[in-house]
Amino acid sequence: MLNNFVLPDTLPAASEMIVCSMALLIILVDLFVSRSQRWMVSLLTILTLLGAALMTLVTADGQTTLSFGNMFVDDLLADFLKFLTYFAVIMMLIYSRSYLAERGLDKAEFYVLVLFATLGMMVMISAANFVTVYLGLELLSLSMYALVAIDRDSVRSTEAGMKYFVLGSMASGLLLYGLSMLYGATGTLEIGGVAQAVNQSEAPANLLVFGLVFTVAGIAFKLGVVPFHMWIPDVYHGAPTAVTMFLGSAPKLAAFAITMRLLVYGLFGLAMEWQQMLLIMALLSIGLGNLAAIAQTNIKRMLAYSAISHMGFMLLGLTAGVVGGQVDPFTAVNAYSSALYYVVAYVLMTLGTFAMIMLLSRSGHEAELLEDFKGLNKRSPWFAGMMLIMMFSMAGIPFFIGFFAKFSVLLATIKAGYTWVAVVAVIFSLIGAFYYLRVVKLMYFDAPVDTGPLRSDIDMRILLSINGLAVAFLGMFPDTVMSLSTTALVRSL
Amino acid sequence: MKTTYLLIPLAPLAGAIIAGLFGRLIGRAGSHVVTILGVAIAFALSVVVYQDVNAGNVFNGTVYTWLQSGGLTLQIGFLIDPLTAMMMLVVTFVSLMVHIYTIGYMVDDPGYQRFFSYISLFTFSMLMLVMSNNFVQLFFGWEAVGLVSYLLIGFWYTRPTAIYANLKAFLVNRVGDFGFLLGIGLIAAYAGTLDYAEVFAKREALAAITESVTGWPLITAICIGLFIGAMGKSAQVPLHVWLPDSMEGPTPISALIHAATMVTAGIFMVARMSPLFELSDTALTFVLVIGSITALFMGFLGIIQNDIKRVVAYSTLSQLGYMTVALGVSAYSVAVFHLMTHAFFKALLFLGAGSVIIGCHHNQDIRYMGGLRKYMPITWITSLLGSLALIGFPLFSGFYSKDSIIEAVHASNLAGSGFAYFAVVAGVFVTAFYSFRMYFLVFHGKERYDQVPHDEHHDSHSDDHHGDGKPHESPWVVTLPLVLLAIPSVLIGFITIQPMLFGDWFGTSIFVDAAKHPAMSHMAESFHGPMAMALHGITSLPFILAVSGVAVAWFFYLKRPDIPAAIQKMAMPIFTLLENKYYFDKFNEVFFAAGSRMLGRGLWKGGDQLLIDGAMVNGSARAIGWISAVVRLFQTGHIYQYAFSMIIGVFALLTFWFNRG
Repeated sequence: MLNNFVLPDTLPAASEMIVCSMALLIILVDLFVSRSQRWMVSLLTILTLLGAALMTLVTADGQTTLSFGNMFVDDLLADFLKFLTYFAVIMMLIYSRSYLAERGLDKAEFYVLVLFATLGMMVMISAANFVTVYLGLELLSLSMYALVAIDRDSVRSTEAGMKYFVLGSMASGLLLYGLSMLYGATGTLEIGGVAQAVNQSEAPANLLVFGLVFTVAGIAFKLGVVPFHMWIPDVYHGAPTAVTMFLGSAPKLAAFAITMRLLVYGLFGLAMEWQQMLLIMALLSIGLGNLAAIAQTNIKRMLAYSAISHMGFMLLGLTAGVVGGQVDPFTAVNAYSSALYYVVAYVLMTLGTFAMIMLLSRSGHEAELLEDFKGLNKRSPWFAGMMLIMMFSMAGIPFFIGFFAKFSVLLATIKAGYTWVAVVAVIFSLIGAFYYLRVVKLMYFDAPVDTGPLRSDIDMRILLSINGLAVAFLGMFPDTVMSLSTTALVRSL
Repeated sequence: MKTTYLLIPLAPLAGAIIAGLFGRLIGRAGSHVVTILGVAIAFALSVVVYQDVNAGNVFNGTVYTWLQSGGLTLQIGFLIDPLTAMMMLVVTFVSLMVHIYTIGYMVDDPGYQRFFSYISLFTFSMLMLVMSNNFVQLFFGWEAVGLVSYLLIGFWYTRPTAIYANLKAFLVNRVGDFGFLLGIGLIAAYAGTLDYAEVFAKREALAAITESVTGWPLITAICIGLFIGAMGKSAQVPLHVWLPDSMEGPTPISALIHAATMVTAGIFMVARMSPLFELSDTALTFVLVIGSITALFMGFLGIIQNDIKRVVAYSTLSQLGYMTVALGVSAYSVAVFHLMTHAFFKALLFLGAGSVIIGCHHNQDIRYMGGLRKYMPITWITSLLGSLALIGFPLFSGFYSKDSIIEAVHASNLAGSGFAYFAVVAGVFVTAFYSFRMYFLVFHGKERYDQVPHDEHHDSHSDDHHGDGKPHESPWVVTLPLVLLAIPSVLIGFITIQPMLFGDWFGTSIFVDAAKHPAMSHMAESFHGPMAMALHGITSLPFILAVSGVAVAWFFYLKRPDIPAAIQKMAMPIFTLLENKYYFDKFNEVFFAAGSRMLGRGLWKGGDQLLIDGAMVNGSARAIGWISAVVRLFQTGHIYQYAFSMIIGVFALLTFWFNRG
């Protein structure tokens, strides 16, 4: 009935619209620019993201607004995460520009796929309905599959893309199956409705837990935690470094968002169940990630395992929200904001570290082995210092951002009564410190294999320096990011 | 007044910093001017403070709060009462004398500025120690003077014996400090405060507590702990072994640190803690016995020494024993009185010895001196006055203080006071004997300065004053302090005995439980003024002993120099025992040093290398490396295995959650 149709409030989704239309526009623009004018495409992409950021900033009012028939939500958490996403992507684009150009990968497809993936993430972040979650997730995943395989002449790249595609489809299947179970149990696709149904115990418990297990499995794949982590080392390794950087950074924010929306918001009534599941996966990830990283000689693979262990740490924060079936708002917000802080810190460190790899690589040389970092201090003391900051921060050495992230997560874990979990986590991160410090040792105490000077653009150098200093100083003054995280969560839950 | 109090320790500190950091810049003269100025300011202000305290003003307050932790507040604070004021005067006066003296003594030394910096730093530390109103600051000063002592004993750091000696002093003092810290720790634990006044206010409550671990009365444990600290610092048997060796340092610091001031810090501390010690007869008996052993047996060792500085050092040990004995019989004011007189005459004797050493071109062996009174008249006269004061000749300052100690021991009814009385009385003879043995050998008799064998050990670096080889009188910067110190050495006892011992000059700063320990009140009854005391002294046993000691020394070393050698042959075993200083050093070396080295090696080889390094560190690293290699095998690269692991994961989660009930 046409006269019942009300035009939805499109303002909350204004940034999504900007990104979407610009992505389409860029495909067209690409037809009319010559090869030497490719930089315009890159610039246009960055401008798009800046525009979206501006729009998000302008429309951020701290209110929770539902739109598109309650499928789309615009709240402070969404604004915060989207804002971080834009900047993660912009940083990735700046870092990888010359890397892509040297390998002939700076085609418009790359930028368009990045924009679509970003759009997918934005939709995930703002999802208020199972369908929206799935829509965003698929948009992100499909773009990612293509991006991983974008270097189509490289066997490793295409193999990685294929693996990611098959396993990712399976994970999507698991998630979809889980969501459909939940739909069956509660009779609604709206996350708010599901939360209500679960809280009022209307839904059959068995069916809920069944759906929950599959949903958790789907999310776990996205986060890349044990035992759904197998794709991570191969894909991180196989994909071009620029794509690995993209894959390892911004999507973690989106994955955190859907975890918050689905588990913490939608299935809060089952918190005691999923906390247990996440706890097991977190411990396995921290253990396996740190142990396996030690044996790696390829720094991208090493960082892949490190990513697994970091996501395990982040999950620890999510498992500390509900204590003994009792919901204490203060404890819960503390725990979830520590997890959010962890993700933010992780994204910042990951961007910097992969940027270092790209800084060292040049045409025909990937610089992805640990050996390539040998004697970096002799070649460039400043950037060796930057890498040192990244490694120290990832290892959780005071007073870098990574330390404070680990510290707040562990504090939340201990407050929730899981002291032994915190002890185990600390022991494993101690073991993990070995492989981070090995990089430092290689940089400072070994003779360089490659003695050539570093060649890179000035914008990349500046950004990398800012990135490194941010990692160093945000750890000394963690209040800013921490209070932003807390506010975003308090206003949105 | 608070500013004045602050300025007193800070002026020498400023001097020390300037001379220490900018010594090269301001030169030698600049360094001694700035440090002497600092100490002179401290001395002048101490006089002002002394007069203020004399007028009845007592200050106890905080100047700076350092930190607050739990219920414990750590502060920098001053307690300025008669006891402190007296100590400040003694410390700054002797320090000033030593500063001036150093100009002459260290004139050729390349470490001139460093030396001035150290002794000023010492003055600062010592002032912090005596002015403190709490245990933390006391401990700070205690350790700081120990540090400077360490630095100065090893001042000539290229000499192995100096390094050995300063290490020894440091280690032995650690043993004492351990006891001291235990005492302070017990106070902090049970009283909950480290402020003197607050602790003293709780003394009755503390006395009622029994320490839970050992089952001892708490107050006894505290007092013995604190006294062990005093034993280390004030060189009481068996922690005395470091003091004779400390003579490796330059003579001025032997006078300042190892005779007049630092070594008396233990005496001062016990007197300061008199409200606590009064509550434990056990601790007092312990103090008394240790003190009397030190007083007598260290005196014996003085008899056989041939190094001029070592004779004075053993006499210092013996006199410290006298002070400790006085503490033991609750005659705290007498102990402090002797501390003061001793500071003057012992500094005088040490500086006199230094002057002799300069005069004899850095020869220290008294067998190669003799007849110096012709060449060094001022040194001779002042040394004679110092020696007379030391042996307690009537009217000299040492007479009043030492006789008072003997009287106090006589009047005491504490367990062990019988032995102590014997020890201090016999000690008088011994003291007189060794003091005048040295005096006669140095200043009288045949001139033997030309018989010095050339490998004799020197007090200083190579010496370019050889000239004609004859001894000569020292320059005025050296003799002036001697004269200035000789005056109080002679007079101070006569002037101050009345107010210090029998008046109420110390007021509340020293506490004696007169009902339990009546020695002081007994003495007060029989005291009829200093002149009467001196007249009575002439007829008393100690005087007869002292005079006979002098006579025997004269007979042995001037009249019939062959007798000592004959006696030495006859009593060989005793001589050997004394020669080896009762084997304390041997015992320490064999038992403690070798024992702890063995323990250390055992822990190093067995504990550290085998267990920690081998099994734990390298072992765990190897284990993790192995696990890591195994884990790596799971990542096969086959996509079906990856998918399989996901399925297994889901399956495991499902099974777990459905079988859980």
